[in-house]
Amino acid sequence: MDIHEYQAKEILANFGVTIPRGGIVYSPETAENKAREIGGSRWVVKAQIHSGARGKAGGIIVCNSPLEVAQATDKLLGKKLVTNQTGPEGKIVNRIYIEEATDIEKELYLGLVFDRSSESIMVVASTEGGMSVEEISKEKPESIIRSKIEVAVGIQSFQARELAFGLGIEPELISRVSDTIVGCAKAFSELDATMVEVNPLVISKQKQILALDCKMSFDNNAMFRRNKVSELRDKTQEDDKEVFASDRGLNYVSLDGNIGNIINGAGLAMASMDMIKLAGGQPANFLDVGGGATPEKIVKAFKLITMDEKVKVILINIFAGINRCDWVAEGIVQALKKIEIKVPLVIRLAGTNVDKGNKILRESKIKYIEANTLEDAANKAVAVLKK
Amino acid sequence: MTVLIDKSTKIIIQGFTGKMGTFHAEEMIKYGSNVVGGVTPGKGGQKHLDRPVFNTVKDAVKNTGASASVLFVPPAFAADSAMEAADAGIKTCVAIVDGIPSHDMIKIKRYMRRYSKNEKMTLVGPNCAGIISPGKSMLGIMPGHIYKEGRVGIISRSGTLGYEAAQQMKDLNIGVSTSVGIGGDPINGSSFRDIIEKFEMDDETDAILMIGEIGGPQEVAAGEFAKENMKKPVIGYIAGLTAPKGRVMGHAGAIVSAYGESAIEKVEILKECGVTISKNPSVMGETVKSVLEKI
Repeated sequence: MDIHEYQAKEILANFGVTIPRGGIVYSPETAENKAREIGGSRWVVKAQIHSGARGKAGGIIVCNSPLEVAQATDKLLGKKLVTNQTGPEGKIVNRIYIEEATDIEKELYLGLVFDRSSESIMVVASTEGGMSVEEISKEKPESIIRSKIEVAVGIQSFQARELAFGLGIEPELISRVSDTIVGCAKAFSELDATMVEVNPLVISKQKQILALDCKMSFDNNAMFRRNKVSELRDKTQEDDKEVFASDRGLNYVSLDGNIGNIINGAGLAMASMDMIKLAGGQPANFLDVGGGATPEKIVKAFKLITMDEKVKVILINIFAGINRCDWVAEGIVQALKKIEIKVPLVIRLAGTNVDKGNKILRESKIKYIEANTLEDAANKAVAVLKK
Repeated sequence: MTVLIDKSTKIIIQGFTGKMGTFHAEEMIKYGSNVVGGVTPGKGGQKHLDRPVFNTVKDAVKNTGASASVLFVPPAFAADSAMEAADAGIKTCVAIVDGIPSHDMIKIKRYMRRYSKNEKMTLVGPNCAGIISPGKSMLGIMPGHIYKEGRVGIISRSGTLGYEAAQQMKDLNIGVSTSVGIGGDPINGSSFRDIIEKFEMDDETDAILMIGEIGGPQEVAAGEFAKENMKKPVIGYIAGLTAPKGRVMGHAGAIVSAYGESAIEKVEILKECGVTISKNPSVMGETVKSVLEKI
């Protein structure tokens, strides 16, 4: 789960990280007041969307008066911002963060992620802040320093100090940079984060250490014990169909193609998508209805797939394990009584009681194309599309 | 010797009296697994499915001599249950449950470092289908009847894709020595490399089918291990050719975040390691067959 910049900053502030003064607004009028309340003579108006690279997309505007702040807010609110991370459809701006402008002396990069090889938390730091970590690793790999946090004991002071010295920080600022690193690491560990990125972490001309931009992601599996974090979810930043799916216990990812998929199991779903591509088609989605593939889940899956106007054919591939193909077939027949499907349907059943399952489908009134193997199903879905 | 379990392995169910625990314990018993009891704190002394219920794993191990367990406890309590099993002397523990936080998984693995190599429990999963040695025992939730007895080992992150492979092999009259589902989470108890090493040492296995997917370093690590250390042939399939970068594809661990984690990159690296790649998921069985014919 991702959160907004301003939410991430609030969290980090609670862990002792210094952030520039700022506030969230939802209208140009409040923006103007907020700028006056913050004080100073320069402000930054920042569109809050779940994406990086907002600056290049015009989502960050520097202003020299409260009136300009109001105008910039007016310009951004309600707009869809397209960045290199949002996809062509972009993301809607519903919230604006107004922040005092910072006189930057130096920009650093600080990121924390799970390292799957060492199964620990990896801190990544660089003197080349402001660029994405991918750009840094491509253009200035020698500037990157790393440190592994032992999860059982958490970050140690010496690790933070080593990183700070490694970044070439001047001696009188070492302890404050170390405290910032420790704060980020504590936030990561204590809130079940999967990513904390402060980019840039700046040293201001006034020698303050400030988190100027921040991104955080959290482990969905841990939300049961992170009520405050889960309240930060902003569904307007997610694909409508993906929200519909997650509210109903379905694993769904929206894609660009036109062959809709209903599959049980994540691995089999990915494999089915691959088969579609190899057969010359493009999947419209990833959809895992769960190993069980119950009739209720099948109905929900049909509803979800038919929300997608791109879908021109639907492929169902169910491998019945503990459940049985005859139950799955009954489920499909029941589902199609409740919901009308206007596009061709290709169904492949496999596993327990496959013959019984296919017999039920054949004897029902539903219109569909029967397939026997994964490859057969993909070929038939692509063929019917070409007709 | 069979990898991890055999016919006599004494099994307990953690979360025995719950709905999931009851259903799958019955399935396991029907398959012939030697389920000797279970654990539900507070229900010790009762009988369930004609078998004793204990309050703690230690009590269960002491009274039944169990050496294996299957976890059917909710995600919030799974880490605690896995550590309890490790401490009670369980040798093989399968965590079926989906939804354990990654921080908890790391804690379990760090906790298990206190045991010496000989004492240490093998944890399989979480978010997996379990372990089956066809005709002998099943420690999981797979449909036992789709597996034919035989001499090919299967390791799979995905449950249903592992079933698909077993079915394709059965249709070609190829059997399975043991199938291990290692699960779809980013941090898991046993990696591809851990299990592939066990298969290399297993007298009942001639070849290994490894079914991976996008995300994480484990398939590549297993490939490199195979290249350096293995005599038995390895066949591989990697799902997720069409998966977009940076998106989680159902499994929490199925996300491409670094070089070498996409399906195409994994396939290339595995080929260099001498792994025979199944070109699509519909020919996993045929690819295994062609490799077996060359042995």
